[in-house]
Amino acid sequence: MGLHLRILLSVVTSPTGELMTATTENTTHSHAPVAQAAQPAAQAHGQQHPIKLYLLVWGLLFFLSACSYLVDYFDFQGYLRWFLIVLFMLLKAGLIVAVFMHMAWERLALVVAILAPPMAVLVLMAMMAWEGDYTNYLRVIFFGA
Amino acid sequence: MTAEPVTTEHVTTEPTLRSSLHGMVADWSSDQRSFKGASWGKAMMWIFLVSDTFVFSCFLISYMTVRMSTTVEWPHPSEIFALEIGGKKIPLILIAIMTFDLITSSGTMAMAVNFAYARERRKAAILMLVTAFFGAAFVGMQAFEWTKLIHEGVRPWGNPFGAAQFGSSFFMITGFHGFHVSIGVIFLLIVARAVWRGDYDVGRRGFFTSRKGRYEIVEIMGLYWHFVDLVWVFIFAFFYLW
Repeated sequence: MGLHLRILLSVVTSPTGELMTATTENTTHSHAPVAQAAQPAAQAHGQQHPIKLYLLVWGLLFFLSACSYLVDYFDFQGYLRWFLIVLFMLLKAGLIVAVFMHMAWERLALVVAILAPPMAVLVLMAMMAWEGDYTNYLRVIFFGA
Repeated sequence: MTAEPVTTEHVTTEPTLRSSLHGMVADWSSDQRSFKGASWGKAMMWIFLVSDTFVFSCFLISYMTVRMSTTVEWPHPSEIFALEIGGKKIPLILIAIMTFDLITSSGTMAMAVNFAYARERRKAAILMLVTAFFGAAFVGMQAFEWTKLIHEGVRPWGNPFGAAQFGSSFFMITGFHGFHVSIGVIFLLIVARAVWRGDYDVGRRGFFTSRKGRYEIVEIMGLYWHFVDLVWVFIFAFFYLW
């Protein structure tokens, strides 16, 4: 998942850079006198990105949710079902974290500090899958279920 | 025009930050704060969200464990969460509507952050109220879902559809998520009120912290809200679709 996020971040960052500069120029030209009069100390930093990008991500999230719903609707089974569910889930999670939560524009020190620790959960998941499987095996043997 | 003095000030007061891996090593070894460019408020929200990630992970992993270890067949979420609309049973439709509802609220929240930084506070406040409305609608649908399941005999210790662990997993996971959404709605309303009144422009002190706020609070609030949406993505995939 970490690798996936990194790839996704790099994918979304490149088109955004261009979009962002375009809109900042626009707003500075049109609102500059008003803004200067009202708030001279207006924050130039902070996570401000074009609305268009948010609408695009919103649309993508809708589309991906519809896709994962259709997996259930058409009743796919087996490995195909698992693969599709996890694929759509990770794509959605990546979009939310990268764009809506602005992770794509944060510094790497923060990105790694936030995204790396949850990877430890995968170890717990593997251990508990092993454990659950073993419990199931014991129940089948001793309770004949 | 406004951007110019601020950017020049930026360059003079702060040394240039390097990007990529070199930048990360420099940030961490810099004998100062490591999260450069992120305020303490944002960094702390992120760290809180990491801890929350572990809480939800533990819930989902314990659900996985009980589901794998039971010898009784697991109830089919597709059928249990189906709704009858116009005499036709549509599988999982309520959950699909809840998913779209939460994504929509995430979209309006992202735009609210944008307008807050642009100092268009009326638009920001209205978008936050819309977000809160969708959040409240989500909690309402969840209450409906709980009521329906309880009427059908689902309890934390058993249910008529299959494995007994289904009820406890369901109530614990969705309950904790719904609690997060409810808290989020309350915070959204508080911040929306502050934005609407222009508290962050005039420097009015908060009723709880007695400190002056900044528009960055909207972004930090947004982080929490998107996280709630993020958790739902995983619950939707693992609990409802699996």
